[in-house]
Formats: sequence, structure tokens, C-alpha cells
Amino acid sequence: MDNRSAKGLRLTDLFIAVPFLFLLPVPFYNTLEPAIGGFPFFYWYQLLWVPLTSLCLWVVYRGRKG
Amino acid sequence: MAKFDPVAVAVFAALFLIVTVMGFVASRWRKGDLTQLHEWGLGGRRFGSWVTWFLLGGDLYTAYTFVAVPALVFGAGAVGFFAVPYAILAYPILFVVFPRLWSVTHRHGYVTAADFVRGRFGSGTLALAVALTGIVATMPYIALQLVGMEVVLAGLGIQSDVMVPGIGMVHDLPLIVAFVILALYTYNSGLRAPAMIAVVKDLLIYATVLAAIIVIPAELGGYDKIFAAVDSAKLTLAPSAPGNLGAQSAFITLALGSAFALFLYPHAVTGLLGASNRRVVQRNAVALPAYSFALGLIALLGFMAVAAGVSTNPAYTEGFARFGNNYAVPALFLQVFPSWFVGIAFAAIAIGALVPAAIMSIACANLFTRNIYREYLDPNCPPARESQVAKIVSLVVKFGALFFVLELPTTYAIQLQLLGGVIISQTMPAVMLGLYTRWLHPRALFIGWAVGILAGTAMVASLDFKSSTYVLDILGMKVPCYAALSAMLLNVVVAYALSPVFNRFGRGTDATSPEDYLA
Repeated sequence: MDNRSAKGLRLTDLFIAVPFLFLLPVPFYNTLEPAIGGFPFFYWYQLLWVPLTSLCLWVVYRGRKG
Repeated sequence: MAKFDPVAVAVFAALFLIVTVMGFVASRWRKGDLTQLHEWGLGGRRFGSWVTWFLLGGDLYTAYTFVAVPALVFGAGAVGFFAVPYAILAYPILFVVFPRLWSVTHRHGYVTAADFVRGRFGSGTLALAVALTGIVATMPYIALQLVGMEVVLAGLGIQSDVMVPGIGMVHDLPLIVAFVILALYTYNSGLRAPAMIAVVKDLLIYATVLAAIIVIPAELGGYDKIFAAVDSAKLTLAPSAPGNLGAQSAFITLALGSAFALFLYPHAVTGLLGASNRRVVQRNAVALPAYSFALGLIALLGFMAVAAGVSTNPAYTEGFARFGNNYAVPALFLQVFPSWFVGIAFAAIAIGALVPAAIMSIACANLFTRNIYREYLDPNCPPARESQVAKIVSLVVKFGALFFVLELPTTYAIQLQLLGGVIISQTMPAVMLGLYTRWLHPRALFIGWAVGILAGTAMVASLDFKSSTYVLDILGMKVPCYAALSAMLLNVVVAYALSPVFNRFGRGTDATSPEDYLA
């Protein structure tokens, strides 16, 4: 049913790569500043990518459903 | 010995009793014929999105994780936070790759990843390698769940050595009792027991995390004070020096390698295959990061423990002496939470040990029964006997783990679990690449697996089994890399290089067809 129609690559499928693009380059986020609410950048940046990854996967999921 | 706290112990015991009852009652939940392996060992593949979310959350985020990750942050700082990118990057992999595994196993009645490898490549030997790797990697992991439980029992001040009339002094009696109860309801109810208990476990964990991130910073004067209390050199990773990529490379290879390994673990596969359809797997890849967020906050408990000064508090000297940094979180909870909430938080950790221990033992039992017993010892065994064998093996596995923890030094279990991550990664080509291609020859995959295991073990052995970050020398550049990842790359190269050679001499048959992976 659902996924069988979605054999080819869709534009939304590209979102699967986004968390890797933002988390693999460690030197980019390996800093203390800018801090938010006492949290150094290194920590809040990675925590932020948890919900953002859910969002990316949801976009892929919705894209395949249609 | 921590002070015996009757209120905390009463709350703890009450919660433990509730989940024990649930464990036995679970056999009647979504009733199925438990004399069938897929009913006992996969819950009849009937779990919807919610139950699977709780089950996998309870399964993957173990008690040991909740103790060891903040312990690493407490001791080593930023590098311990690799658990967060790890627990993020695992999910795109889950989303893309594992619905295919769910579909093909559902189509063919496979119960384990090794069953799939058997069908895909027509090779019992390769399937045996995958099954044995799974069992060997999982055993020390079960043992570590017991360590997590041991830490909280000691934190509650529960006497571990009890005088039993007629028998004499029994060491670690509470731990033994807890594990016997766990073994019995797992035997009785199969995967339904941890699935039901996981709901309680996860709710307790979320409650504990929520309380911790509100109460503890309030007590310590806010997050800026907490981070300020930590040596600033530990707050970030050491920058790369010329000719050496350093800690940043170790950090990200640990995260990436662990992310690839996560869903190769038998307990993860068992949790996934219990899902009622492939959309459940995909929806869970979207929703499971909620646990990763909790894990990130739990990791920060390590810094809170630093700021609270638990290591210099004389009340916890003995705990630290016995458990090392693994005592940081229990000590922090004892210091800041009222007794009744200590009971809840410690119950969350202890029950957090029961759920994965149950699923891991079921997963090992499934592997043994399907890929060793039925494959080699009793090919014509009827389904009822298959299920019975699995139930008995689940008991054997648990008591093996118990023996391990009680009779051998804890460091063995920790070192073997470290090695477990390296060896389970070597099943990646057969399982994950196998979901996409049958071009790889089973003999080439087997040799790749063997080379990966040998290389990975040699790297970890050269570090005295204390670390799994082996420094590679790539064209004069020193690259610290998680041994699981470098060994896996070598494994893939070998498998691809040898396949064209073996493919000229023919191969086994593929029992699957392309549409099986999308059904």
C-alpha cells in the first residue's frame, strides 16, 4: 500500500541527511559562546537538534505518505 | 553503606511490586498462543505505535545508560555528551533502513536478524555468525543492567548480604530476588511483560528527569552556576592540534559508530519486529528522539553532580569507593530529593534495568532457538517445542548474567560490553547492506565479518580494553576513531572486494523477492 507507490526519491527525502550535515562537523559547535540561559553553545545546539531531527523525519514521513 | 531510608525504600518496594504484578498479568494482554515463538518472543507482532514507542524507549535507554552517561560527563566532561548525537543519528538510520527489515521478516515469519540473513543469502554459516555475534554482544549488556540495579540498591541502604535461616549468609540477596522475579515473568509472558512494564518505567523516568531539571538547578542557583562550577576545559572538546584530529574526532566517530550499531543489537531488533506494521517503525523513528532529549538532560546530571559537590560529601565516600563515578547520579538524588522522590527516582532506574534485561534475554533466546537449536540440533522441531526451548534459554541467559555480575569483577562486564559494541557492528554489512543488495556473496560477507571482529578486537585489546577509541594514522594525520567504525569500514571493503571473486563460482538461493522489503 502506502510506501510501494513511493519507489523513486522525493525532494522531501533529502531531509534525512540534514541531521548528519549539522552534527558531523564538530568544530562548528565545539564552543562555549553564544550561551543561552546558562547553557554553553555546545550543549544547547546538540539538544536543539533532537527535536529538529524529529521534524526532519516527520517531513520525510509526510512526503512519502502523499 | 548509605543510610537506610524507610520512606524511600517503601516507595521503591511498592513500585517494584506493581511492575511484578504487571509482568505476570501481561501474559493475558492481547492474548495469543504463547506456545508459538513469534507470540512469546515478539508479542505476536501486534504492538501499535504507542506501545512500540514505550517498548523501544524502555529497551534502548537502559538503566546502565542512565547511570553511566552522566558518570562519564561527571568524570570526563564534554566527551560524555557524544551520547546525544549518537541518540539523534540512530533515528535517520532507523527510518530509512529498518522498515525494510520489518517487512521482510513479517513476510517470511523471520524472528531474528540472523533468520533474515539465512533467507537472503542462503547461508547457515553466515546466519550462525550473525546470531553468535548478537548473543555474545548482548550477554555483558544484560550483566550491566544488574550493575545499574546494584548501584541504586546500595544507594537506598538496602543490606546486600542477608542471613537466611537454614542456608546461612547469602550475598546480594535483594539483587538475586529481583532477578529471579524478572526471570519468572519473562518466562511466563515473553515480550508482553517488558512491553507493559516499559510504560511504567518510561513515565517514572520522565517524571524523574522533569523533577531533576527543575529542582536541582533551583537548589544550585541556576544553570549558569552549574556550568560555571565545571572546569572550563571540560566543557568543550579539546581543539585539534596540527597533525592530530584529537578529541573531536573521537567524539563524532563514537556517536556515528554507536548510531550504526544500535539497531543491530538483538534487543533492538526484537523490539522493532514486535511492531504491527512498517509505518509503526517509521512513526517511532520520528517520535523516539523524545527519549534522546531526556537522555541529554540526564547527561547534564553529571555536571549538576559536580556543582553539588557530591564527591567531597563524606556521606557518599563509600558509594564512590565501591562504584566509582557511577555513584554520581544516585548521590546527587540522595542529596537533593526528599525521601519519597528518591524512592521514585531509584525505582525508575531499577525498573529501567528490568525492561532491557528482559528484552535482551528474549532476544538471545530467539537467536539461540532459531539459528542454533532449530538450524543445527533439531531441524524438525514443532513450533511448541521451539517456544519452550526459547523460554528455557531466556532463564539460562539471565542466570548467566547474574553469575557474571556476582562472581566476576564489574570491570569485566564493562570491558566486554565495550567490545560488544565493536563486534555487533560487524554484522552491519550482512544485515543492513543485505536489506538492499544480494550482490554481496555470503562467503565474502563472512570473511569481512571475521576480519572486522579480529581487527576491532585487536584495536580494543591494544588499549587494554579500557577504551574503544583507537588512533589511526592516515597519511601522517593522527585520527582517533571508534574501533567499531574503523573495523566496520574494513569489513565493508573486504566484503565488496571479495564478492566478485566468489560470485563467479555461484551462490546460495535468495528466498526473498524485492517487493518483500516494501510490504
